[in-house]
Amino acid sequence: MLALGASFMAVSCSKNEPTAAKPQSGLTMRAYGERSPFEKTQRGARESTKSIGVGSSRTPLQDLYGTITPSSLHFERHHAGVPVIEPAAHRLVIHGLVEQAVSFTMEDLRRFPSVTRPHFIECSGNGGGELAGNAGADASRSHGLLSNSEWTGVKLSTVLEAAKVKADAKWVIAEGADACRMARSIPMAKAMEDSLLVYAQNGEALRPEQGYPLRLLLPGWEGNASIKWLHRLHVAAEAAMTNQETAHYTDLHPDGKATIFSFEMEASSVITRPSGGQKLAGAGFHEVSGLAWSGRGKVAKVEVSFDGGANWKEAVLDGPVLPKAAVRFRIPWQWDGQPTLIASRCIDETGYVQPTRDEILAARGPNSQYHYNGVKRWSVKADGSVTSV
Amino acid sequence: MFSAILVVMVLAQTPMGKPVSAEELRALDITVFPDGKGLPAGKGTAAQGATIYKAKCAECHNEKGEGRDQQYPRLVGGVGSLTTAKPMKTVGSYWPYATTVWDTIYRAMPYETPRTLKPDEVYAVTALLLHWNGVIGENDELNEKTLPKVKMPNRDGFVPDARPHQKLKKSK
Ligand code: HEC
Repeated sequence: MLALGASFMAVSCSKNEPTAAKPQSGLTMRAYGERSPFEKTQRGARESTKSIGVGSSRTPLQDLYGTITPSSLHFERHHAGVPVIEPAAHRLVIHGLVEQAVSFTMEDLRRFPSVTRPHFIECSGNGGGELAGNAGADASRSHGLLSNSEWTGVKLSTVLEAAKVKADAKWVIAEGADACRMARSIPMAKAMEDSLLVYAQNGEALRPEQGYPLRLLLPGWEGNASIKWLHRLHVAAEAAMTNQETAHYTDLHPDGKATIFSFEMEASSVITRPSGGQKLAGAGFHEVSGLAWSGRGKVAKVEVSFDGGANWKEAVLDGPVLPKAAVRFRIPWQWDGQPTLIASRCIDETGYVQPTRDEILAARGPNSQYHYNGVKRWSVKADGSVTSV
Repeated sequence: MFSAILVVMVLAQTPMGKPVSAEELRALDITVFPDGKGLPAGKGTAAQGATIYKAKCAECHNEKGEGRDQQYPRLVGGVGSLTTAKPMKTVGSYWPYATTVWDTIYRAMPYETPRTLKPDEVYAVTALLLHWNGVIGENDELNEKTLPKVKMPNRDGFVPDARPHQKLKKSK
């Protein structure tokens, strides 16, 4: 201890120039920063080989810290590629059951009072493989269609009020400017409750693949409905029954009936460390941590099991805990070096308890495809390797 | 509270946005509703649709709408499969509204050149897909009046969201 202190002293006193100020080889100041060349984590992508633009990429949750997803690692799901939109030429048109059809430039929209709020976006297909029995080998493949960002924009209610919506309006049909003109019908109650017209993500303009220059954000609802590259809002008395809200994003039950307009993403969680593909250095202390979220409001509690789900212990939540936003949970663990099944479950402020896969199968069968939120278990082997179960 | 009222008052006095003319809107508004509102005038039959399909759709969706690889969705078949272990969701077996078929094709197809088909061509290809699925006859004409009246096989197959599947201590 004493020797160490002395050598520190020696270093800092013997030279005028502190070592930390030495120019580093290869790195200079940059107008727009990049991560360290030693950091390699990236999105896992699945793109159609023939139709360029149809596909998805997943957030590498197992490699991330805290709750904010770096914009470069936000998951993607596109049905017809990423359009290049010049912001000065972009317009949002609101028409239908409004006093007068009206169009807004990006400058017009930014002139409205704005809000900044963290929210998760989750594709309702997230976890579909877990339901189908092909468990993802790592947290990216099991839960990577979830990302969490700080969004800035105008409340949709503010803009709809300015457009003077008529009393018989019940739906807002939102349409993107991508090649397929992706469209979804949004109930008016949600539009007026907490929906946002978002132009910024994590402090800078939206990324192109997240809808630049303008997207809809429906906090807590399935990601598909948060239309990107938003250019048109059609206020109407009824839903349009678009391809995406009928042929897809409907949940088929064993009796052949399917749930339509199943928007909410229910409480879910995943342990990201240790998780599939990682390896523990050895027995002894480890912090178990992960992400939890609920589309119905705030996460109230996260519990972690070290015996596959028989017994549960309450984890600590890193604050602040905000509605419809991801929260990081942590719990210390003294690993005895024995094979162990770890799992997490989220309980939200409504009292909803994240169910097991068996409970979901019993409620809506194996072919419901969307909105899977079952408890995820990871198996820690005696050699420290972690695999999916 | 005071500031919220102030904002509403100030907004009411500040002109935000620009009126859009009916003509500008016609080019932009492509919404089609299940009752047929928004459908342009036009007509077509399955027999007419076959030529267009061969030239503009078959390359991806295959000769008879059976799809190709995993990427190009199957457009026919699957009736009766929804309650089996391997449900096959297609225009014929799953889609509740015929207007959605028209809208999907006009809005998004052909994949590389969407919104280039004329209304008559869209009615014709829609008629072909409905005919292949046994919903209409080969020479039945679809137009803006008849299309919304077509009853799809799975029209009554959808139910409202009944989640959560568990009791909550407080409801929102
Ligand atoms: C270059 C390839 C290509 C061509 C040509 C093409 N399609 Fe498609 N089509 C696709 C792809 C890819 C999708 C799926 C898009 C997605 O994932 O959202 C699709 C989706 C569809 C769907 C929706 C299927 C569903 O289950 O949701 C219909 C209907 C359809 N196409 C009809 C047509 C018709 C009619 C034509 C001809 C006028 C056509 N397509 C031409 C590639 C093509």
